[in-house]
Amino acid sequence: MPTFVRTEKCDGCKGQDKTACMYICPHNLMKLDKDGSETGHAMKAYNQEPEQCWECYSCVKICPQNAIEARHYADVVPMGASVQPLRGSDSIMWTIKFRNGNVKRFKFPIRTTPEGSIDPYAGKPTAKMEDIDKPGFFDTENEFKGDRSQLICL
Amino acid sequence: MAEGTFGNPEIVEEEVDLLLIGGGMACCGAAYEMMRWIEGTDLKVKLIDKAALDRSGAVAQGLSAINTYLGDNDPADYTRMVANDLMGITRDDLAYDLGRHVDESVHLFEEWGLPIWKTDKDGGRHDGSKRDLPSLKDGGQPVRSGKWQIMINGESYKWIVAEAAKKALGTDNIQERVFIVKLINDKNDPERVSGAIGFSVREHKIYVYKFKACLLAAGGCVNLFRPRSVGEGTGRAWYPVWNAGSTYAMAAEAGAELTMMENRFVPARFKDGYGPVGAWFLLFKAKATNAIGENYMVRNKEMLKDYPPYGLAAVPASCLRNHLMMHEMKEGRGPIYMDTPTALGALAETMSKKEIKHLEAEAWEDFLDMCIGQAGVWAGENIEPEKKASELMPTEPYLLGSHSGCCGIWVSGPTDLGAPKEWSWGYRSMTTIKGLFTAGDGVGASGHKFSSGSHAEGRIAAKAMVKFVLDNKDWTPELDTPVDDLVKEIYTPVKTFLEHKDYSTAIDVNPHYITPKMLQFRLQKIMDEYCAGVATWYQTNAHMLAVCEEKLEMLKEDALKMRAKDLHELLRAWENYHRIITAEAHMKHIQFREESRYPGFYYRKDFDFVDEKNWKCFVNSTYDKKTKKWSLKKVPHVDLVAKPTAT
Repeated sequence: MPTFVRTEKCDGCKGQDKTACMYICPHNLMKLDKDGSETGHAMKAYNQEPEQCWECYSCVKICPQNAIEARHYADVVPMGASVQPLRGSDSIMWTIKFRNGNVKRFKFPIRTTPEGSIDPYAGKPTAKMEDIDKPGFFDTENEFKGDRSQLICL
Repeated sequence: MAEGTFGNPEIVEEEVDLLLIGGGMACCGAAYEMMRWIEGTDLKVKLIDKAALDRSGAVAQGLSAINTYLGDNDPADYTRMVANDLMGITRDDLAYDLGRHVDESVHLFEEWGLPIWKTDKDGGRHDGSKRDLPSLKDGGQPVRSGKWQIMINGESYKWIVAEAAKKALGTDNIQERVFIVKLINDKNDPERVSGAIGFSVREHKIYVYKFKACLLAAGGCVNLFRPRSVGEGTGRAWYPVWNAGSTYAMAAEAGAELTMMENRFVPARFKDGYGPVGAWFLLFKAKATNAIGENYMVRNKEMLKDYPPYGLAAVPASCLRNHLMMHEMKEGRGPIYMDTPTALGALAETMSKKEIKHLEAEAWEDFLDMCIGQAGVWAGENIEPEKKASELMPTEPYLLGSHSGCCGIWVSGPTDLGAPKEWSWGYRSMTTIKGLFTAGDGVGASGHKFSSGSHAEGRIAAKAMVKFVLDNKDWTPELDTPVDDLVKEIYTPVKTFLEHKDYSTAIDVNPHYITPKMLQFRLQKIMDEYCAGVATWYQTNAHMLAVCEEKLEMLKEDALKMRAKDLHELLRAWENYHRIITAEAHMKHIQFREESRYPGFYYRKDFDFVDEKNWKCFVNSTYDKKTKKWSLKKVPHVDLVAKPTAT
């Protein structure tokens, strides 16, 4: 189910050096066609290798113009359906359109803290260099649980 | 140096103390742990990701469950489960160590903002948006879908974990869109690594890093076998299509000992979309049936007795569940179905309308959080799970060490669990090559770490790496190969293209080169037809493997003639080179192990049995990059916790 870019919606991320979809795609698939020589649509992005698309939707979710959608794999799935998200800061809304016209909508939480708010070591102890050879992480507080008598070679 | 051009890249050289190769859960965990340990030192760290940290690795799309959270379980029980599912041959020291550490990573995820489903005191189930229940760390009860698994709202799982890693590292210490393709051994010690080289997939730049220690955690291997869908659906692999075997190939070429590369994972998943089945089996209590509605696990239960003790556990080993499923298909009683209507109907009997609506949402979220493509298949085929059952199918084989698989690199283990002294050589998670560490899919002979365990394993490795670097503070890395030679090698596909592109009028058909895409097709065809892919119902024998070996050798030679018409194709060329080395390791190990250790994943039809007497052992291998030859050996297996025996 490769993603595709809607010509009328994509603005090439307003002429920046790289688009949001290019930034995010884990498989390096999205490409900005700067001069239109590859697609006939200058300053718009496209999926340069659709048969390598994992349909992870990273580009769909990040696109500021909601210009990216997915068309389910042509070699597998009957035509006419769509699955489209709208990702917010704390939840995601999904609209699923079936081939037969039925529609389902779902909303799920995605995060309980504001984006960008993580303070990774706040309230955490510093590492104790004398413990570097022992099991456990820098912030391990308690003894490991587990019945060590089960370790039969000790 | 002047700005690079295509075919004449700019060379960027940098020396750090600690290099992290990869951006998935393992490297994010490593970054978090490492940066705390090196506070107050002047050690330099760099993380190199071929993609963007926010959405890289196997968790890029999200997940609907964390499959390893011990809670009240004992690490010894976890160790036993891992061993049984992987047919007895795992390193108990690695599994136990992971089991006692993993919950701490899960507690961090929740603290950072990952929504985790909770059970209230009356047994009611709530998704992660309900904030007034205690956190797991403070005694909150998760929603268990199985003994080890907990449910989450995980669409942003990787995004959250990456945010913490980025904050810990600092953005200056992260290099995205650079694909590392080779490790470089040290000039004064061939058993040591001192550098890595790769290229930008966006700019004409080659990056050379020197380091004292490096964590190689770049995932498993996907698309080395011909997938069931070969058109647009090629990309809809079960595991992420960008996992190209880079971890195994680069480690092997650096001389590190690999282990259990014969192991593979053939997940039985919803057909075509490869959607997850775990929640359907465990949370919704659905049954898988043959075409006439019979539960094939019941119908064929006698077959499990052929494989004691692994078939007789409460949950028989994953490969054996496939073995019983494929028996049904071969006997002509396919397709296989997940009976979703019966399961949802049974649950709905005692539910209010609102609860039923919630149940339906849970079923869809399972796909939408981690395998949106399956939702697409259902929508396209008008499948509503409460009304219509869905087909299941075993996929093409995958190589990995973090999920239900155990291939990977042989690493030094913990010293306090009673393991043989040969299993530890000073620095936890270090491979047999000095300075080279791994985690996640990279660590072999363990498995069932999943996302949380890979993060925890990255943290475990990071701590040992800091120790290694502090112990080697005065050591200076020197590369055993001149940078110019390395650059030349890496850009060979570009040079080949530029030299020969005008020989023919059609860019893709040219006797002087092969496109990375066609080379991948050839690899997939060889592996599928001779190395127990779907084409032969996962069956092979010594004769077929001999043919495979010969064809792979020619393929490896031809890999030097891949072309790259742009940087994107250069990325694909080197990914496919890594796939070939990984595939070769897989084939050699299957050839060496004269038994069928994983029925349902693959069969050596000339040794179609599990041979506990002769083959209850690890198989380890090394690769000599100069002669391009593999050496294999048996390594004794030892149980560190008591386990059921065959009798």
